[in-house]
Amino acid sequence: MIGIIDYGLGNLGSIKNMLKVIGEKSVISSDAEELDKCNKLILPGVGSFDAGMSKLNDSKLADYIKTVTEKEKKPILGICLGMQLLGKSSEEGILPGLGLIPFCSKRFQIEDKRLKVPHMGWDIVKIEKDIPLTHNLLDKRQRYYFVHSYHAVCESQENVLMTCDYGYDFAAAVVKDNVMGVQFHPEKSHSFGMALLTNFVEM
Amino acid sequence: MYNRPRIIPVLLVDDRDLIKTKQFNERTYLGDPVNAVKIFNIKGVDELSILDIGVTKNHKEPDFQLLSDIASEAFMPLSYGGGINNIEQVRKLLAIGYEKVVMNTALFEKPELIREAVRLYGSQSIVASIDAKKTASGYECMIEDGGRKTGVTPVDMAKKALELGVGEIIINSIDNDGMMQGYDIELVRSIADSVDIPVTAIGGAGGIDDLKKVLDEGHAHAAAGGSMFVFYGRLRAVLITAPREEELIKKGIYDSEG
Repeated sequence: MIGIIDYGLGNLGSIKNMLKVIGEKSVISSDAEELDKCNKLILPGVGSFDAGMSKLNDSKLADYIKTVTEKEKKPILGICLGMQLLGKSSEEGILPGLGLIPFCSKRFQIEDKRLKVPHMGWDIVKIEKDIPLTHNLLDKRQRYYFVHSYHAVCESQENVLMTCDYGYDFAAAVVKDNVMGVQFHPEKSHSFGMALLTNFVEM
Repeated sequence: MYNRPRIIPVLLVDDRDLIKTKQFNERTYLGDPVNAVKIFNIKGVDELSILDIGVTKNHKEPDFQLLSDIASEAFMPLSYGGGINNIEQVRKLLAIGYEKVVMNTALFEKPELIREAVRLYGSQSIVASIDAKKTASGYECMIEDGGRKTGVTPVDMAKKALELGVGEIIINSIDNDGMMQGYDIELVRSIADSVDIPVTAIGGAGGIDDLKKVLDEGHAHAAAGGSMFVFYGRLRAVLITAPREEELIKKGIYDSEG
């Protein structure tokens, strides 16, 4: 059972739909007790960094996420803004992030004027680490749907799980132990996204 | 750098029927929209757009049940347009699995709704759709499914949409709709060259060469179509279809993933 954290921002329905096709039960909830019954969590999110953090802080979900991921080592997957919230901070806002992985989110600074921000559309990634979330994805090109203006800049290369080239290489996915985040939308990335979420379900 | 402009089938819905129009008029009944979405999902299309042309006309709410049924079959980016006139409808659409909400009549009637939606959900969630018709002196924007004149040119409208904060513009040629004779390249380019956000072209696509042309010469960032995804052959037999990945790579529309 996967708990999809509902803090008022994000594409919750799509994630639930894809988990259903994979054959995994999920619950969309903002209630810590209900989320606690789940063995894994997904932190979705669409919108601005401070809007997301203030909703997590106000609902006490921020404390809950920090506790269960740090003490109980519950696996969590952040998606899009949900990934950025796992970091320490973002140029988009002034509030501190959850700080579970040492990275900051920075706005794209691209010299090539033909490349628009947001980075929107399908892009291919390079998988940098072989972990349970990626282990059977390495032998074939993976392609995912992205929509974002900010991207993670990791303090240490060891937290970079995937990279993508848009004007320059940026971290398309990050990891630190049981805490994982993807900048793209697996729930909107056809069979590629389904393979990744299946790995998350099965790990 | 991998380049893959989005190729987007647009499905027109009216009262739960999948249909296709010609020049916003003459229509063909095509079948069940959910069924079509299932096929596009299997084909792995880049993105899908659902436009309900019955909602504004009949002053109804968007058909959220149908839209949920569609979203549960579509594991690709989805947009919806048709009759959006309050923020709760925007919230609901995003919650049931639509990434983007397409605004047309609201650009004129309710600009404050667009501003509010952009503030709450980000510019990437809100798309302005501009329906343009040729006139003796140039082009004019139409609203209410092409039924009402506005006296505004598409370029001015695009600039206004940009100011309201939308993240993308769809430029639709009413004259070329359903004709399958190619896009109005001049119209598309005039919009793409006057804004710095992605522009999606629609209206006139008959085949893969038209897609290539509007991306290269029309400077569009994405190419959408109706008829070419639902009709097959000169006799316009109904067939839900999409160009194959290899064809698009061969034409130089997509980069090879190599």
